[in-house]
Amino acid sequence: MASPPSDSRGKVRKKRQESLRKEKENDIQEHQSSDEDPGETLKRTIRAQRQRRKKLLEQSQEDTENVVEDISPFQHKDEDAEETARATEPAVWSTPPRAKKSLSNLPPIPGSQHLDDVMTQRLKEKFQAARTRVEKIHRQESSVKPTSRLQKLKDRETVTRFDREPDAEMQDISQSLSTRVKFREAVRKTDTGIPTAEEAYNFFTFNFEPEPEESEEQSKKSPTKQRTAGEDEDSEKEEQEEQEESDIDRANQDEDHNEEAPLVQDDRDNLFVTEQSTEDFIVVKKAEYIGYHKRLQHASELLFTPSLRPVPTCVKLPENIKPRYLEDEGLYVGERPPVSLTNENILENRLLKSAEGKKWFGDDGRIMALPNPIKESSTRPPLFHMEEELDPALQTVFRKPVMSKQENAYFAGVGDSAGDFQLDVDVSGLIFSHHPLFSREHVLGSRLVQLYDQYLNRQHNNLTGRLTEKLKGLRTALQNMVEIHGEENLTEAQQKRILEYNVEIKDTRQLRDREQEKDRTLLKNIIKVWKDLKTLRDFQKFTNTPYRLQLRREIVDPELDEREYEREIMAEIIELELEAEQEYKRKWDDYKTQLDKWKLWRKKQKGKKKKSMKNKRKDTEADSEDEDFSDSEALDEEAPPKPEVPEKPDLNSFEQNVREKASRIRRKPGEPILIPELSATGNITATEQCPRAEVARRMDVGRRMLFVRIIYNDKEVSRTDSCALNSDFRVHFGQIFNLRIINCPQSICLQVFEEAGTSSSLLTQVFIPVPEPSVLTGSAPIENFEFSSNQRVTFDHEGVGSDVPLSFEADGSNKITLLTSGKLACCVSWAIGDDDVPLAPPVSQQYGGTHSGLGHLDAVSFIGASGLYDLKKIGEWAKQSRLDPNDPKNASIMQLLKVASSGEVTAPDYFRLEQLQDEFNFCTDEELDSSKRYKLLRLRNQGVPEFRNYKCVPALEREVSDNVFLDYEKRLKEGDVVDTKQHLDSHRAFVASYLKKIRESVINRFLLAKHRYLLTDLVVEEEIPTIGGAGAGLLGINIFKLAEPKRPLKPQRKERKKVTAQNLTDGDIKLLVNIIRAYDIPVRRPHNNKGPPIQTSQGDLCQIQVRPFVEVSFQRTVLQTTTAEGPNPSWNEELQLPFSAPNGDYSTANLQSVKDEVFINIFDEILHETGTSDSDKQKSIHTRIERHWLGSVKIPFSTIYSQSKIDGTFKVNTPAVLLGYSKERSHNPNGYDGSVSGGAFITLFITIEPQLVPGESIRERFDSQEEESLLMAADRFDREAARSHPDRPCLTTVIDLNGKTVFITRYIKPLNPPLDMLSDTTEPMSMVARFVSLIPSLPDRVSFSGNCDLWTTCDQFLTFLAGDEEEHAVLLCNYFLFMGKKAWLVIGTAIPEGPTAYVLTYDQNRYLIWNPSSGQHYGQYDTFCPLQTVGCLVDAHNVWFNIQQYSSPMRMSFDTSKTNLWRPFFSRSFAHPGLSSVQPEQMVYHSTDKSTTVELQDRIEKILKEKIMEWRPRHATRWNRFCCSALKQFLPKLEKSGGQDLAEGHRHELLSLLGDHKLDSRSPSPLRLRLTHTSMALRQLTPVRLSFLYMFDYDLSKY
Amino acid sequence: MAAVNPAVFLLTVNGQIEGANFPEYDNLYCKYCYVYGHDWTPTSGLEEGITQITSKGSMSNKLIWNFPLETTFKSTSPSGWPQLVVSVYGPDVFGNDVVRGYGATHIPITPGQHSRTIPMFVPEPTWRLQKFTSWLLGRRPEYTDPKVVAQGEGRGVTRVRSQGFVTASFHIITKDMKKLGYDTGPSTTQPYSTDWSAD
Repeated sequence: MASPPSDSRGKVRKKRQESLRKEKENDIQEHQSSDEDPGETLKRTIRAQRQRRKKLLEQSQEDTENVVEDISPFQHKDEDAEETARATEPAVWSTPPRAKKSLSNLPPIPGSQHLDDVMTQRLKEKFQAARTRVEKIHRQESSVKPTSRLQKLKDRETVTRFDREPDAEMQDISQSLSTRVKFREAVRKTDTGIPTAEEAYNFFTFNFEPEPEESEEQSKKSPTKQRTAGEDEDSEKEEQEEQEESDIDRANQDEDHNEEAPLVQDDRDNLFVTEQSTEDFIVVKKAEYIGYHKRLQHASELLFTPSLRPVPTCVKLPENIKPRYLEDEGLYVGERPPVSLTNENILENRLLKSAEGKKWFGDDGRIMALPNPIKESSTRPPLFHMEEELDPALQTVFRKPVMSKQENAYFAGVGDSAGDFQLDVDVSGLIFSHHPLFSREHVLGSRLVQLYDQYLNRQHNNLTGRLTEKLKGLRTALQNMVEIHGEENLTEAQQKRILEYNVEIKDTRQLRDREQEKDRTLLKNIIKVWKDLKTLRDFQKFTNTPYRLQLRREIVDPELDEREYEREIMAEIIELELEAEQEYKRKWDDYKTQLDKWKLWRKKQKGKKKKSMKNKRKDTEADSEDEDFSDSEALDEEAPPKPEVPEKPDLNSFEQNVREKASRIRRKPGEPILIPELSATGNITATEQCPRAEVARRMDVGRRMLFVRIIYNDKEVSRTDSCALNSDFRVHFGQIFNLRIINCPQSICLQVFEEAGTSSSLLTQVFIPVPEPSVLTGSAPIENFEFSSNQRVTFDHEGVGSDVPLSFEADGSNKITLLTSGKLACCVSWAIGDDDVPLAPPVSQQYGGTHSGLGHLDAVSFIGASGLYDLKKIGEWAKQSRLDPNDPKNASIMQLLKVASSGEVTAPDYFRLEQLQDEFNFCTDEELDSSKRYKLLRLRNQGVPEFRNYKCVPALEREVSDNVFLDYEKRLKEGDVVDTKQHLDSHRAFVASYLKKIRESVINRFLLAKHRYLLTDLVVEEEIPTIGGAGAGLLGINIFKLAEPKRPLKPQRKERKKVTAQNLTDGDIKLLVNIIRAYDIPVRRPHNNKGPPIQTSQGDLCQIQVRPFVEVSFQRTVLQTTTAEGPNPSWNEELQLPFSAPNGDYSTANLQSVKDEVFINIFDEILHETGTSDSDKQKSIHTRIERHWLGSVKIPFSTIYSQSKIDGTFKVNTPAVLLGYSKERSHNPNGYDGSVSGGAFITLFITIEPQLVPGESIRERFDSQEEESLLMAADRFDREAARSHPDRPCLTTVIDLNGKTVFITRYIKPLNPPLDMLSDTTEPMSMVARFVSLIPSLPDRVSFSGNCDLWTTCDQFLTFLAGDEEEHAVLLCNYFLFMGKKAWLVIGTAIPEGPTAYVLTYDQNRYLIWNPSSGQHYGQYDTFCPLQTVGCLVDAHNVWFNIQQYSSPMRMSFDTSKTNLWRPFFSRSFAHPGLSSVQPEQMVYHSTDKSTTVELQDRIEKILKEKIMEWRPRHATRWNRFCCSALKQFLPKLEKSGGQDLAEGHRHELLSLLGDHKLDSRSPSPLRLRLTHTSMALRQLTPVRLSFLYMFDYDLSKY
Repeated sequence: MAAVNPAVFLLTVNGQIEGANFPEYDNLYCKYCYVYGHDWTPTSGLEEGITQITSKGSMSNKLIWNFPLETTFKSTSPSGWPQLVVSVYGPDVFGNDVVRGYGATHIPITPGQHSRTIPMFVPEPTWRLQKFTSWLLGRRPEYTDPKVVAQGEGRGVTRVRSQGFVTASFHIITKDMKKLGYDTGPSTTQPYSTDWSAD
């Protein structure tokens, strides 16, 4: 094959499909050819095939011989096919065609040649005859068979086979035509019966070679082939042609084969040769083949193929019911959803096949369907720009669903005292007018009763009599009128009157006649039924019913009667004559006018004719059009019909008619008046005397019980007792049910149930109208509600059953069908309460909730009263026009009508948006405000701090104590009025209140964000262990852990489980402080006699320079370590301090705002022996332990909380002057330079147990005035930074005080420090740093309770006098820039602050790192520099992110020009857009006046003194005035030294000053004085005031 | 004792955690606790408890704990009505104690006997590898606090899988609720009165 197999396969399939299509068009030739020559012709189109075929048709005539030869062997194979097959392909019986094929390709085998032509010819004829026969059969079937099956069979060919043996397959296909003969034979054979034993044996035991599959496949295909054959034309000639054609094609193909694929064929032949060896072992049998015909039969047994044909309507409906078309009856029927007709037919056929299939069909015989819900046009405006923002007008709004049904409509006002409504349902009894258990006699009896009832009713109404009287009256009136006025002088009005009278008389007469007739027939019927009943009784010889009819005769005077009768008839005749005459007159007039008209028309016609004749004559050759026109014109004028002369009324016939009628409808004159009287006094035959069937019926009746269920608003509320059915088919219940209701009554329904034995069945249900509110119990009459049921019931006893035809005639004609029916006597009314108040809804609300609930919702009533005036009219109109209530178009009108019909509508004269709000209001707003309890609940719900955790809000108003709100209200009041006393001066107070306001607004802003949860907040999940990789390769480490020692010498700290703070309670949290060691603790100065008051004992303690211990105090808990020795002690002790949150609130926000600090103080323990006492028997030594404060470290709790642990070495704050101590320099020659960071250090590890989850930063984006591109770039920059170096903080945008995002460089700008600060000192930088550091520090998270970082500008900062590290750093940086230094803001992490901001300066070829909050500076290579990580540098123009390997300042370069070390934010690709600064142009400082300073100084001193005295309650504290003043003198000097260590001279001076005074050793006054001094000194320098209070607290808390 | 004007009402919960139906697991025990609002205080009885470990019988597929509950609450308002929170634990294939289910139900509000079947669920690992490792290491995700299942806030971020059922029976007695204006008892008037909400 030229084309690759897969390709050819596709083509084959394509071709097949093509052929299929063709087949449908009955183009069999096409089909066959396409089916036959897949090999070469695959590549060609159909058209090409046709052309080729035509061309070859002529030249292939001589090939017919070959055809004969080709076919002949098949005939032989009928007998010895198996052998031939075995000879070529042993395992396959169906492969002979292929063998043949191969033979035909090869030089012909001699065996096939020796068959003589005659024989061949005969066989061929036989074969064709047989084929046509089979074809006939198949054609019948094939017409039914769907084409899709064919397709399936064809598609089933497996792909692999094609791949394996493409050539063979092609040949098979090409041969299929010739092989079909064979198959047909096989079909016929297998059709006849079951496989033989041998075949069966082979089937189970035979080991099939791969080939058989192929053969099977072929056999599968065979039906297809046969079927196609079946569709063949009958004529032999065509057959012949077809074969010729196929042979031509084959020949053609053979050529191709010979040309292109001889190799493959050879291969195949070789293959078979090798397989021939197995032939002896294998018995080859025909495969099992079930004939197509038979299979179809089987299939038809199992399968149901719904027909496509429409189903006749009568099949779909119950018998004897004509389809009912609601649409024709004028009702609205929605449009059905479109379904294709075939699908609908299929579905209908399918449904009908199923049991109860008919229930799917509606009255009109179609499948029930809801109206098509799809609107024709889209009601939603099309969205053209999906990606763009929606037009705000088109934004969708969520609306709560509104209950459309009125199910839950409650009476308004339920729950009020008047809200009790009660319905009384009185079910009194039940009378059956027909019941299945009726005997025939009962049927008649009930009919008699009915007729008698009717009679009584008529008699009561006496319509006939009344009409007769009326007629009489009219006649006399007319007569009078005529008599009085005479015939002549009648005015027009009177004539009209008379006419009217006449008409009225006529109408009345007719009415009376009708009534009389009815009366007469009724009477007749009664008598007839009674007669029937009597005959029936006689016939059956027993009586079932007690009815007896008696006819009373009323004798009348025959003469009078006769006269009356005649007079009546005469009067009628006269009237009729008169009428007839008038009628005739009218008709005659009509005739006249019409005749005139007609005559006129005739004249016209004649004139026209003449005219046209003239015209014709005028122009003989006139265009026919004109003539036509005139003709048509003439025709157009319709000829008025020639009126007929009205007949004269036949007066004689009147009398005859009247008399006939009278005799028919009236009692004959003289005949007595018959008055029937029905009584139920007859005797019923006793049961014993009745025949068996009747006894069975009576028994059955006795077993029947009936009860009634009361259904209110579709819910069963009650049911009556079961009552036995009486023999007269009456049931008496006599029960009254009281329904207390709050739902508006929608429906009241009584369901009648019949119980026979244990089973009960619903007989019928009766709907009872909801009574008007005025219908009250007692006054309401009992009404009879008729009911009927169409259940079919039949009995085998005397009971006539229901819905069963029944005849009373002897011949069975005149059948009637009776349905169970009867009357239910009941009464529904509104109850009357105890105090005679009707328990009915108010009149305005009547018709229940239909209006009380929804009526208020009704649009019309809300528009206002204006629309309501016309409501009545609308109602009238709607009634007249008979609106279809089903039509949705009318829905609004129908609702309107309901409103209208309810009578009075109380429409509010305002428009309300939330109509139901009032009903849902818990109580009025005033109540809510005035009630203390509600207020308490509300405040708690709002999360007001005072009440957030308020437990047990009292249940009753009076129990809420008045002073609950005192604090709260006080706080509210204080919001405005600031207490100046608490603060040192008014400015501070003002700032404090301002800060509070900001804080509140910030809290409000973050309230929302607080409620956003992350998975980690709720679920504890192990981190996924990463295998290897950078950082924590947990899984890898875990493996190594196995080999780890169980108790390592230096254990690593492990990550602990984090605990969400909110679930904690008091005592759960502990603060762990691990004090490891300290360096360079000041040592005692070897004292001389003049020295400080420390009197160390002479003995053993002399060698010890210092005995330090550490005391940790936190939240009133003080713990201390053991005492160590020497200036470099090592404690390695863990102290546990309990932590309790304020108000017991352990929420994250609250914990963040905890302001407590951890104080770590280092003391020196000194033992004094106070001497010995001999008073006791033995000598005892009293030792006094003194402790001398050496220094302290303080760490705020908020830092610990946010960092979760603090680990590092801290510089101990030591007082400037420590009397009696000297600092020991570390004299390590190769160590670090002690001069840079002289002082004591302590190594600590602090953490919280359990580990608390630090508050998340707000996950919210703030609005900004920055450009979008800048923000995007900042975002990107941050993200990349976080990705590459997650531990290095990167800050590009910050939030300003207004909550807006601001780019960070805007904060950097040179700003002037106070002038005198620069001029005064020799070291301006340190001076400035000190100045900045003295501004109190207040972490943002403390002040704003959320983990947000607000940056204030420098002037704001100085106004607030509070800020955290960033503000300090910015201010310091700006000062430095003003001073002409190179300065950057360093964003990094430090201990203990965590993420913070420092300032970096470059001066004199070295980088200095400034801690803005302490004023200290460190060299780049200082080991004790608290700055641990450098994240990024910021200056006024750019931000650089640290991308170096190391982040520690010691190991990195600060050269920002190197882009491989520092990644700039603004680069050439993204240039600096020229951001202006947010800082003010210039700082303005005000100098303080002396007096306030002095005042402040006094105040501070006073507070200090008071505090000290307070702390020593047991001793009188006396102040040495001289000492104080001396110290005060000394203070300015101290300040001048700028907090640096005092020079020796200073100390000596101080010592000499203080030398004579013995100070309390426990009050290291120099420190305190220094503080005072410091503040005072600064006070003089700057307008900035310092927060002393913090410092005081700090100092005092130490004691 | 019979205060004319009570300030609080009492709710006594008697009953038991009867058992559980965890088709796949065995040897489970159950912890229970109550979650209630600000206005509620337990006055007597155990607020928390832990049951014995129960294994299934050979015939039954049910775990029986029959663990008694006896708690009395007092309260001033029905807001924050107590909920019973149960969490079931048991060993996994490797013997690690893992959580098998969390569930919560409100204490029935009407007096009388009630039986509750509490559907149980456990948090799902965030992704499949996590699931595998948590299974392997026996450290399945747990709620930071079982009481989380009694509150609605923040549940949206979790994903859970349903596990089984715990049945609990309650006998509820209330005192003074009606006097404080809360009527929870079943109405005794008309059969139709199920629709009566207020009187």
